[in-house]
Amino acid sequence: MKSIISYITEILKGIWTLLTGMKVTAKYFFTPWKHVTQQYPENRKTLKIAERFRGEVIMPHNENNEHKCTGCGICEINCPNGSIEIITKSLILEDGKKKRAIDQHIYHLGMCTFCNLCVKACPTGAIVMGQNFEHAVWDRSTLTKVLNQPGSKIMEGVKD
Amino acid sequence: MAFNIYDFTTLTKSIHEGLSSQFSPTATLAIEWTIVGLAYLLFVALFGLFLVYAERKVCAAFQQRMGPMRVGPWGLLQTIADFIKLLMKELIMPKNADKFLYNLAPFIVIIVSFLVISVIPFAPGLATFDFDIGIFFVTAVSSVGVIGILLAGWSSNNKYSLIGAMRSGAQIVSYELSVGLSLITMIILAGTMQISGIVEGQRDMWFIFKGHVPAIIAFFVFIIAGTAETNRGPFDLAEAESELTAGFHTEYSGIKFAFFFLAEYINLFIVAAMATTVFLGGWMPLHFGEFESFNQIMDLMPGLFWFFFKVLGVIFLMMWFKWTFPRLRVDQILNLEWKYLLPINLFNILLMAAVVLFGLHF
Amino acid sequence: MDELREVMITTDEIKTDEYLINMGPQHPSTHGVLRLLVQLEGEIVHNVQPHIGYIHSGIEKMAESLSYPQIGHLTDRMDYLSAHQNNEAVALCVENALQVEVPDRVKYIRTIMSELSRLASHQLWWCVMGMDMGALTTFFYGLRDREDILDIFEETCGARLTVNYSIPGGLMFDIHPNFQRDVKAFIKKFKTKLPEYDRLLSGNVIFTERTKGVGFLSKEDAIAYGVTGPTGRASGFACDLRKHRPYSAYDKVNFKEILSDVGDTYARYQVRMAEMWESMSIIEQLIDNIPEGDYAVKMKGVVKLPEGEFYQRVETARGEFGVFIVSDGKKNPYRVKFRSPGFSNLFAINHIAKGWKIADLVAIMSTFDLVIPDIDR
Repeated sequence: MKSIISYITEILKGIWTLLTGMKVTAKYFFTPWKHVTQQYPENRKTLKIAERFRGEVIMPHNENNEHKCTGCGICEINCPNGSIEIITKSLILEDGKKKRAIDQHIYHLGMCTFCNLCVKACPTGAIVMGQNFEHAVWDRSTLTKVLNQPGSKIMEGVKD
Repeated sequence: MAFNIYDFTTLTKSIHEGLSSQFSPTATLAIEWTIVGLAYLLFVALFGLFLVYAERKVCAAFQQRMGPMRVGPWGLLQTIADFIKLLMKELIMPKNADKFLYNLAPFIVIIVSFLVISVIPFAPGLATFDFDIGIFFVTAVSSVGVIGILLAGWSSNNKYSLIGAMRSGAQIVSYELSVGLSLITMIILAGTMQISGIVEGQRDMWFIFKGHVPAIIAFFVFIIAGTAETNRGPFDLAEAESELTAGFHTEYSGIKFAFFFLAEYINLFIVAAMATTVFLGGWMPLHFGEFESFNQIMDLMPGLFWFFFKVLGVIFLMMWFKWTFPRLRVDQILNLEWKYLLPINLFNILLMAAVVLFGLHF
Repeated sequence: MDELREVMITTDEIKTDEYLINMGPQHPSTHGVLRLLVQLEGEIVHNVQPHIGYIHSGIEKMAESLSYPQIGHLTDRMDYLSAHQNNEAVALCVENALQVEVPDRVKYIRTIMSELSRLASHQLWWCVMGMDMGALTTFFYGLRDREDILDIFEETCGARLTVNYSIPGGLMFDIHPNFQRDVKAFIKKFKTKLPEYDRLLSGNVIFTERTKGVGFLSKEDAIAYGVTGPTGRASGFACDLRKHRPYSAYDKVNFKEILSDVGDTYARYQVRMAEMWESMSIIEQLIDNIPEGDYAVKMKGVVKLPEGEFYQRVETARGEFGVFIVSDGKKNPYRVKFRSPGFSNLFAINHIAKGWKIADLVAIMSTFDLVIPDIDR
C-alpha cells in the first residue's frame, strides 16, 4: 500500500514540476510584445552603441582638414598584430630645420583585434576608436585604409 | 451544386450524381478518386506548410523572439521559400548506402501519414473512408510508419542514423501500446469503433466531459503517447539534435528530407485530429445539456471551424510541451511507458468499464 | 574444460561488436571543434577519447614575441567567456613581477568585472546545458539575461566579449558613469529571473531524472585529474582560489565557497546555480564601495620584467587559470605557459562517462562547461 501511495505521489509531484515549467514559458508566450530580439537593419536609426565601443581605429580631422598625428610610430610599436604601418616624410620648416611628419597612417582593419592599445599609447590623442561596426566589404583590399585624409596636415601646437 | 458550410454530404452527393450522369460508373470512381487524392495532397501540403510556420512562430513567442519576419508580411511566405529551397537542393546519397531502401524510406513514412489522414472526418460529410473498424485502422496503419524510419536509419549506413532508428523503433513499438489502450478506453465509452459513430455519439456532450475522470486520464495518456509516436520533443530521441546530430535523417537532403519533415507535421496533425475526434467531439460544436440558447449559438459555427479550432488547440498543447521540456533518455522513455503509462492505462480501462457498466457517466 | 570452451564460444557468438563513433569536430553538443572518439556498445559508452588541437592557435608561442601589455589581449581569445579573469591573471602576474601595487579602486573594479564575467559565463552555461538536454527554450532565456551584462561590458570596456580591460598596471579605462546604476539594475532584475531558471529546468522531473545519480566524480579522482572550478567543487574538492588564495578584492568580501560532496551531474549543475547567487552577493557588497582614486598606475612605456619565473593563478568560471611567465629581462617573455582549466577538466571525461549512455555523455560534457579555445590555446 505504501509503495502504491509513493508511486502515485511520485507521479503527481512529477506532473507538478512539469506544470511549473510550463507556467514559465506560458507567461512569455502570452506577452509576445515583450520580445527581446531586434530587427537589425531596420532599427539602425534607434540602435544604441556605447560611446566607448571599439569598432575601428579612426583619426579625427577638424574642419580645416587637420589632425593631431605627428608620425611618431608609437601606435605601430604597440600594435600586437601589425595592423598599423606609419610612413613618414620629412618637412623642411621655414627656419631650415627638418621635421618628421606623417605621410600615410596605414591601418589594416582586417588584421585589427580592437585591443585599444594603440589608442591608449598615442601621446597626442590623434587616433581614437570609432563606433562603426559594419565592416563587411566585397573586396579585402578595401580593408586597408589610410587614416590621414589626403592633403591633411598636423594641427598647430601638437608636439611629440 | 448545393453548397452548405454546415454539411458537406449534399455537396459530395451532388458531385457524385453529376459525374454519374456523365460517365460510366468506373470512370466516375476514377475521377472521384483523383479529386479526393488531389484534395488530400493540396491539404497536406498547405496545412503542413502552415504548421511549420505556426511552430516557428509559437516557439518564437515562447522564447521571446519574433520568429521569421523577412519573407512576406510577418514572414508568412517563409515556409514556402524554405520548401522551394528544399526542392532545389542536391540529393546526396552516401556511397555505401543501400540505394533501394534509402530511396524507399521517405515514401513509406509519407504514404503512411496519408493513409491515416483518409479516415479523419473534417466536417459532416468530409471523410473519405468510414470503416466499421476505423480506430483499429488508424492504430494499425500508423505503426507502419516506424518501418520507414528504421529503413532510413539502416540504409543510410551512418552510425548516428542507426542509433536514431533503433531508438525510434523501441520507442514507437512501446508507445503504440499506450495509444491503442487509451483509444480502447474511449471505445468502451463510445461502444463503437466506427469513427463516424464515435463523432455522432458526442452530439450532446464530448466524451472528455461525458467520461469525466477516466476520459481525462485517457486524453492525457493519449497526448503523451501520441507525442512520443510523432517523435517530437520531449520524446525526440530519434533525432536528438544534441546527441545524434539529426538521427535517422542525418544523411537525407533536399526533397527526401522534406518528406520526413512534412511527415512529422502531418503526424502531429493526425495525433491532434484523433484526439479531437475521439475525446473532443470531432466537428461537433460545444454543447451543454440544458442551455438551449447557448447550444444554438454554438451551432452557428460550422463543423469545419470546430474541428480545426480543436485540432489547433491540441497542436498548441503539444508545441508547448516541446518547447518547455528537456529530452528524456532512452531508458527513461521506456520506463515511462512500461512503469507508468501502461499500468495507469490498464487501470483506467477497468475504471472506464466500471463507469460504463454502472452508468456513472454523464 | 571443453564445457568451458563451449560456453566461451557461445558467449563469443552472442557478443555484439563495439563500435566507434566520432562526436565532433563538428557536432552540436561539443560546442566547438572538440572531437570525442566514443567507443560504444549499443547506447552504452565504453571509452571516450578526446582529440584536441582542431583550434590550436599557438597563443603561448605568439606571446613570446609580444610585449607584456600585448599578451593580455590574446588571453581574451582563449577562454572567451572568462576574458576578464584571463586578463586579470596576466595583469596580476606582471604586476607581481614588477612589484607594482595597484590602487584599491582597480582591485574593486577588477573583482566586480570578474564576477560579472562569471555570471555571464554561468548564464551561457545554463542555457547551453538546457539546450543539450533538449530544452531549447532555456537557450534564449539565458542569452536574454546575459545580454544585460554584455551591455554593461560594452559601455565600460568598449567591447562585449574580447574586453581587454585589465592591463598591467590597472585598467584600460575608468568605469563608465552609468556603471554602478546599470550593475545594480541588472542585479535587481536577474534576482527575479534566476528563480525562473529553477522553475523551468532545475526542478523539472525529466531534468532531475536525467542528471541525478549520473556521472560520478569522486573527490580523490577530481584531485588526481586536476579538475578545478565548479566541476571540482561539486565533488567536494575545495579549490576556490578566491577563498584560498585571495587576489584583488576577494579578501574584502564575504562569500561562501559552494561545495557539494555528491559529485554527480546534478551536483555540478547545482554548484553553478548557487555560484550565480554568490557572485551577485559579491557584486552587491562591492558596487557601492568602489573607492575613489586612479584607475591605473603609471607604467613605463616599455614594460620589462626582471629575470625569473612568475606564476599567478585566478579562478575563472571554469576553474583555476594559471599564467606562468619565464622572463630573461627583455621586453618579451622567454616562455609563457597558460594553465587552462578546461584542459585538465576535459580529460576526466573518460573516467566519468564510462558505463553511461550517449545522452548522459552529452549531459556530463555540458556540466564540464568546456570552451574549446581554452583547451587548445
